[in-house]
Amino acid sequence: MRLKRKDILGIEDLTPDELERILATAESFKEVSAREIKKVPTLRGKTVINLFYEPSTRTRTSFEIAAKRMSADAVNISVSTSSVVKGETLKDTAKNLEAMRPDCIVVRHSSSGTPHMLAKYVGCSVINAGDGAHEHPSQALLDMLTVKEKKGRIEGLKVAIIGDITHSRVARSNIYGFTKLGAEVTVAGPPTMLPPGIENLGCKATSDVEAALKGADVIMMLRIQLERQKESLFPTLREYSRFYGLNESKLKGAKDDVIILHPGPINRGVEISSEVADGPYSLILDQVTNGVAVRMALFYLLLGAAREDAVV
Amino acid sequence: MNRLVIKGGRLVDPASGVDGIYNIYIMGGRIASIKKADTDTSEIIPGSPGLDIIDAENLLVIPGLIDLHTHLREPGYEYKETIQSGTRAAAAGGFTTILCMANTRPVNDSESVTSYIKKKAAEEGSGVNVLPIGALSPGQKGERLTEIGELKAAGCAAISDDGVPVEDPGLMRRALEYSKAFKMPVISHAEDAHLAGSGVMNEGVVATRLGLKGIPNAAEDMIVARDISLAELTGGRLHIAHVSTKGAVELIRAAKKRGVNVTAEATPHHLTLTDEAVIGYDTNTKMNPPLRSMEDVEALRAGLKDGTIDCVATDHAPHSTIEKDVEFDKASNGIIGLETAFSLIYGLVEEGVLTLSEAVKAMSTNPAKAIGIDKGSLRVGFPADITIIDLNRSWTVEASRLKSKSKNSPWLGKTLKGVVVNTIVGGNVIYKA
Repeated sequence: MRLKRKDILGIEDLTPDELERILATAESFKEVSAREIKKVPTLRGKTVINLFYEPSTRTRTSFEIAAKRMSADAVNISVSTSSVVKGETLKDTAKNLEAMRPDCIVVRHSSSGTPHMLAKYVGCSVINAGDGAHEHPSQALLDMLTVKEKKGRIEGLKVAIIGDITHSRVARSNIYGFTKLGAEVTVAGPPTMLPPGIENLGCKATSDVEAALKGADVIMMLRIQLERQKESLFPTLREYSRFYGLNESKLKGAKDDVIILHPGPINRGVEISSEVADGPYSLILDQVTNGVAVRMALFYLLLGAAREDAVV
Repeated sequence: MNRLVIKGGRLVDPASGVDGIYNIYIMGGRIASIKKADTDTSEIIPGSPGLDIIDAENLLVIPGLIDLHTHLREPGYEYKETIQSGTRAAAAGGFTTILCMANTRPVNDSESVTSYIKKKAAEEGSGVNVLPIGALSPGQKGERLTEIGELKAAGCAAISDDGVPVEDPGLMRRALEYSKAFKMPVISHAEDAHLAGSGVMNEGVVATRLGLKGIPNAAEDMIVARDISLAELTGGRLHIAHVSTKGAVELIRAAKKRGVNVTAEATPHHLTLTDEAVIGYDTNTKMNPPLRSMEDVEALRAGLKDGTIDCVATDHAPHSTIEKDVEFDKASNGIIGLETAFSLIYGLVEEGVLTLSEAVKAMSTNPAKAIGIDKGSLRVGFPADITIIDLNRSWTVEASRLKSKSKNSPWLGKTLKGVVVNTIVGGNVIYKA
């Protein structure tokens, strides 16, 4: 049964039921990737366009593999320069793509809200693969799947998200996702990287990392972008790493069976020390594996089978 | 000589304290006499040669609206708006006088550009009075002063680098000082560009939720405070454009109490929308200054009510689809406003925020005062610049009916109350619904 929606634009829009359904579907698709013939015919004849305005290896490849394992045809379009430079508006681009009759457009863009605008212009499904500092729903879903697998549940867990919250779409999607499924989320970072009113999204916020880590079941470290130093959001990497980076000693405050997630790519020695990144609590590679399953589930629930509300 | 009589309308003229049913007699483009309709014994014979009669029964008759802040885009950006389309939009919105900002291409920093605008307005305009605003600095570069005396002589009504905040306080000081000799108001686009940074909307909970970069209120408050200090220092004539923050309202209120020569304007959109309108990423909710919080909107409304904010000005900023049908953070700032302004402010009257008289004061009386022109009132001898409005009718904002060349309005599809029936400039009907 399909979801009763055309697009996946953000976790904010999804109900707890929908989240559970996506996770359950993803769990069932994990088995496909373990087969020798890693393909099911479910989406044969469907066309998926991966429209990436931002460089990405992991997410784009993951969406592409997910589409192919479902037997959909996947086309990748990488746009290095903005459409504005060419004099084409986003609306023009959308209309042109729609004329090729795709079933789904997966879009990543450095401008927040672009998938929402695209979804208004096209009749096919749109999946947000990360928009600016807004949302990255498939990343949050794969994080939730990973946590659910390891912990057996999400409800009641203490989740700490550490780093540049202001500029993080991963943080926003995860705050929505984990709180909707009953976890308690605390975000932590330098005050310059905690955006005003972040608590309104349902989390707690602190600039004391050790307080955030206390009793944590799950730690999610965000990638620190080096160019933020120029904006004076932090003085030096050295100082950032000392006060906000994760190392063995800071980890002591967390639960013994804590797990560590990172959306990648990692800055080793900056937001996370190598020993922690490669340590036993780290699930960074499981996240990547689960990414494919979650994206297969999204394609299936948007494009496969009949829509619940469809008239038969 | 042609005569015009506007019969039996409800005349509201805050400048002369009039609110009642009057007949207005116009001769030679000026108000010849005003008589109470129920005691007027003059014989008005329809069909008399040289006599036009407008039956204004059940209609509102007010001094023509004056907009201190429009962008006509010509010369240089004719694909967004021309003097012809912009003045037609103004007439349709009930405006009889508009001031157009200097950020054209080339910038209006000289007599020749000012003359070009005036000539175009006379030849191709709708008949609305067009008063150019001269740039404060050549090319709006913020380096040195323009020839303010010459700009005045050419027909400019004020100076401003609107769109580009004046960064150097030294230059702002000299502008306020030097312009005194020519009685030219200095209009300040109060924004600290460093603090605003690459922000695209109001800083706050909504920006955090949408993942968009914010512009804090302080970016406006700081420069309003600076410019008030400089006006105090110099005794210059300061007008603050498009006030959007509670802090700025408080600063202006306190400055007025101290007797500083400062006036201020607010736009219909800052008075009626909050940053919540940005949810959904409609680029027609992107403007500078950005839509603020409810607390700011309430402060602006209170400021307008108590006279801290003197005027409503549209900041009519036409942009084409090339600038608006794009990603939110790449879209240009601004919306069109001439054709929706009256209805939106009348909405505040309906809500009980303003009286009708206060609304007219903000849209006609005070703008005229702010730039020192003999308009904004319907007294005998004044130019017959008059707007007639049907407050009982509504209209739907549709791209196809807007006279402006650009359609970047957040009110597309919305139904608003108050239809402009006639716009009259110098006794001539320049717009008829």
